[in-house]
Amino acid sequence: MDFNATLIGEMISFAILIWFSVHFIWPHINKAIEDRQVKIAEGLNAAERAHAELKSADVKVAGEIKQARQQASEIIDKAQQQANQIIEKARAEAIAEINRLKASAQDDIASLAQRARDQLREQVGALAVQGASKIVQREVDASTHKALLDQLAAGL
Amino acid sequence: MASEPTGGLTEYIQHHLKHLTPHTSEGGFWAVHVDSVTVSLVLGVLFCLWFWLKARKATAGVPGKGQAFVEIVLEFVDGQVKDVFHGDRRVLGPLALTVFVWVFLMNAMDLLPVDLLPWITEKFGIGHFRAVPTADINMTFAMSLTVFALIIFYSFKAKGAGGYMHELFTAPFGKHPLLWIPNFALNLVELASKPVSLAMRLFGNMYAGELVFMLIAGLFSAGAGLAGWALYGAGIIGYTVWGIFHILIISIQAFIFMVLTIVYISMAHDHH
Repeated sequence: MDFNATLIGEMISFAILIWFSVHFIWPHINKAIEDRQVKIAEGLNAAERAHAELKSADVKVAGEIKQARQQASEIIDKAQQQANQIIEKARAEAIAEINRLKASAQDDIASLAQRARDQLREQVGALAVQGASKIVQREVDASTHKALLDQLAAGL
Repeated sequence: MASEPTGGLTEYIQHHLKHLTPHTSEGGFWAVHVDSVTVSLVLGVLFCLWFWLKARKATAGVPGKGQAFVEIVLEFVDGQVKDVFHGDRRVLGPLALTVFVWVFLMNAMDLLPVDLLPWITEKFGIGHFRAVPTADINMTFAMSLTVFALIIFYSFKAKGAGGYMHELFTAPFGKHPLLWIPNFALNLVELASKPVSLAMRLFGNMYAGELVFMLIAGLFSAGAGLAGWALYGAGIIGYTVWGIFHILIISIQAFIFMVLTIVYISMAHDHH
């Protein structure tokens, strides 16, 4: 077979066919390819972003746990301090109460002793009168000698 | 306008429809169609190299355009297999991919100018050369008979020899002994129709397509003078339009061959 017009005609048609494919078929395939590339790139980006977010969330969580632990220990310290204060205060109050009670008891004791002393003094007076009356064998008029007796009692 | 060197359109077409065979064996059983074998082998190797290189350099990140294209083809074929066949896809997937891409590439040879390859081979002293392996019935039958062998293989593998024999003799009518022969006859016809229809469909489409190209090419040397130029223009238009239409046909035929291969082999897995 020679090189002839048939082959030339076919080559022209083939060139048109290639032109047609380049302009009307290849764009569709190319679009599918590029869509796929974009989709994969987006997917990978999203995964990476999620990974980074997870990492930062982990860091945040660790920081927050640390902070919470610190806060908790601060609260415990404060509570212990407060407990100590309360105990101190209670002890001080108790000591004060004890002292107060002690003082009032001493007062009571003192006044009771005084009263007893007074009563004794009176009774001593009476006893003295009785003794004296027995000695003089007559009624000593208590009222006439009251001043004397009182003086005696006060001298005790 | 160069005049037809020998004879008319009929001789032109007859010349083109002759396969390249070794002179020692013309017409006999050993008449190997060297053109079909060569072109199909070259295209098969090209396909393997192409996909192998892309697979070897495949990245898990954003794919390049080449890889993205291969992935799209692979995903498309795998999707078709997944739709039809619900078993282990490790064999059927690659088989379908090979069938699809290989048949498509062989069909695509139809888009080359029908005189281009013969003209080139003639420079090397080789006369007849048909560029489209799938327009050679030997080629299409070679593929469909391979698929047929796989159908038989998977029928035995999925059902066992006893199960498959049982199915051949008892389906579809029933298991009454009187029905064994009709069942078997019907199953034989069904079985034989698969490779025949597979091969004939592809061959018919490609052969007819090639023939139409040749007929249109006949317009290029149909006349002289003004009428000749008019026919020449009509030839270019017709050749181009048929070429564009043929892009659709070669894709569809490759797709059909692949889908039917999947369907037949998945049917071999099904129990009746």
